[in-house]
Amino acid sequence: MKKVITLLFTAIIANAIIAQTVDPTITVPQGFKAAKIAEGLGTARHIAISPKGEVYVKLNYGKRSKYQNGILNLLDLNKDGLIDSVNAFGNFSGTGIAIKNGYLYASSDEEIFRYKLDANDKVINANNPEKIITGLISRHEHEAKAITLDNAGNIYVNIGAYSNACQVQDRQKGSPAMKPCPILDSAGGIWQFKADKLNQTYGDGIRYATGLRNVVGLDWNTATNSLFVMQHGRDQLHDLFPDLYDTKQSAELPSECMYELHKGSNCGWPYIYYDHLVNKKIIAPEYGGDGKKSTDDYQSPAIAFPGHLAPNGLLFYTGNQFPEKYKNGAFIAFHGSWNRAPEPQEGYYVVFVPFKNGKPTGQWEVFAKGFAGKDKIENTRQADHRPCGLAQSADGSLFVTDDSKGTVYKISYNK
Amino acid sequence: MKRIVLMSIGFIFFMAVIAQTNTLKESMNRGKKVYDKVCLSCHMADGGGVPKMNPPLIQTSYVLGDKKKIIYIVLHGMNDRIPIEDEYFSNNMASHADLTDQQIADVLTYVRNSFGNKADAVSISEVKAVRNPIKKK
Ligand code: HEC
Repeated sequence: MKKVITLLFTAIIANAIIAQTVDPTITVPQGFKAAKIAEGLGTARHIAISPKGEVYVKLNYGKRSKYQNGILNLLDLNKDGLIDSVNAFGNFSGTGIAIKNGYLYASSDEEIFRYKLDANDKVINANNPEKIITGLISRHEHEAKAITLDNAGNIYVNIGAYSNACQVQDRQKGSPAMKPCPILDSAGGIWQFKADKLNQTYGDGIRYATGLRNVVGLDWNTATNSLFVMQHGRDQLHDLFPDLYDTKQSAELPSECMYELHKGSNCGWPYIYYDHLVNKKIIAPEYGGDGKKSTDDYQSPAIAFPGHLAPNGLLFYTGNQFPEKYKNGAFIAFHGSWNRAPEPQEGYYVVFVPFKNGKPTGQWEVFAKGFAGKDKIENTRQADHRPCGLAQSADGSLFVTDDSKGTVYKISYNK
Repeated sequence: MKRIVLMSIGFIFFMAVIAQTNTLKESMNRGKKVYDKVCLSCHMADGGGVPKMNPPLIQTSYVLGDKKKIIYIVLHGMNDRIPIEDEYFSNNMASHADLTDQQIADVLTYVRNSFGNKADAVSISEVKAVRNPIKKK
């Protein structure tokens, strides 16, 4: 009898835990389940999961944050599927984190470090990482150094432009643009460095791609063997050029673009922006544009999304857990907009982009939504959660971080 | 006679109070128009800003503090890389020196008395005093 009661209790508790982990506020397609496995971590930016299942999250922590460290190793000591403990280390705030060939890579806004992992994918010397890249520009705007690695020993680093549109006075109405834009020499692009060489700086790396205002979501696509990035498009078309753009156009434009990059790619910032409503590369108003004049110069995006959604995470799905259509397609975590006011804000969801023969089919869909917790967001901080980082676990689940409340979601599929 | 003098003094005083509240209210109304057009896109309709990007204008030491400082910020912009209430913000605020003294006084009076803030008004002469050194050069 006693045994039956114990069993019953265990079953009830187990059920309670499962019920608790499914987050009813997040809507996912039929057959998928979104669980909240951790919360209150702080500014959880990007996330990386090792082959053996160790989860590492990069924090952009501040003075009032709970953890005064930049990296969290999330632990599930009682194996109930929920994070019950964390191991915090790394005294640098930042965004980028990645795992490759037995090393954990992580970035501050100026430097990239790496930590050797042991046989269980645990960091060996948490207080003494190797500094592989140093001296990167960080000037009060677009400082985050998002990173990813290829399979040939290279690391790719976003160095965001410290400017909105390369005006002499940033964001000042009437201030002219600089021609040519000098920022592009040391920022506004993706730089390639060696993944295993110490103390590299600009002279040691190459400017792999240019004309990218700021990239936070980027991933190496192993199916095409090429780098894909998501650009954050420029802001304030209406504020700066009220005669050319009304507030509705300024909310919708320019597009947030996905690019497939190759060495030497030039995506055109600050000279042009992309308009997904007419599928054209439009001359920026600072450089003589009138909102309509277009050009064939510069690389075209692989796919374009509405303006200001802020793509902060990009992940090519290579797992076997999700249905076949997801294989080699791209997930994008949209942080959600701020530069759509006075129009309502938009985004705060995870999108799926199906790929065929290495190219997007063009039919993107919202995959997971509800993070903001409300239907209409007028002021950005009303959003309860803001999706930021993406990672795939060894069993093919999709992890999503939220840098507003420090939540980690695990999305899994069970037909 | 004495009574008439007293009454008129009283009346003048009364009118002065009304005029003052009217000016505050009028200044707030004009200030909201400037705010919505120029400041709202970054600091948001509720003055709450954007986390880690654009700071809030709610109960900050700047908004409630030395008026000269915030007049200076509107005239010259802000690109300081210093924390505001312990938080860093990753964006630049441009100069808004193209606004008139009246508009700057109004918008700052509006900010200092909205979003839960309560502080005294900013006058045109206070804005002039901060702007003038720019004109001299
Ligand atoms: C382009 C976006 C933008 C616009 C437009 C803008 N600001 Fe700001 N503002 C900022 C940023 C960013 C900072 C902080 C800069 C820093 O950290 O150095 C700031 C700082 C401030 C501060 C001081 C810090 C605080 O939070 O108390 C005040 C006051 C302020 N702004 C008021 C205004 C007013 C009034 C207007 C309209 C006339 C305005 N701003 C327009 C972005 C903007």
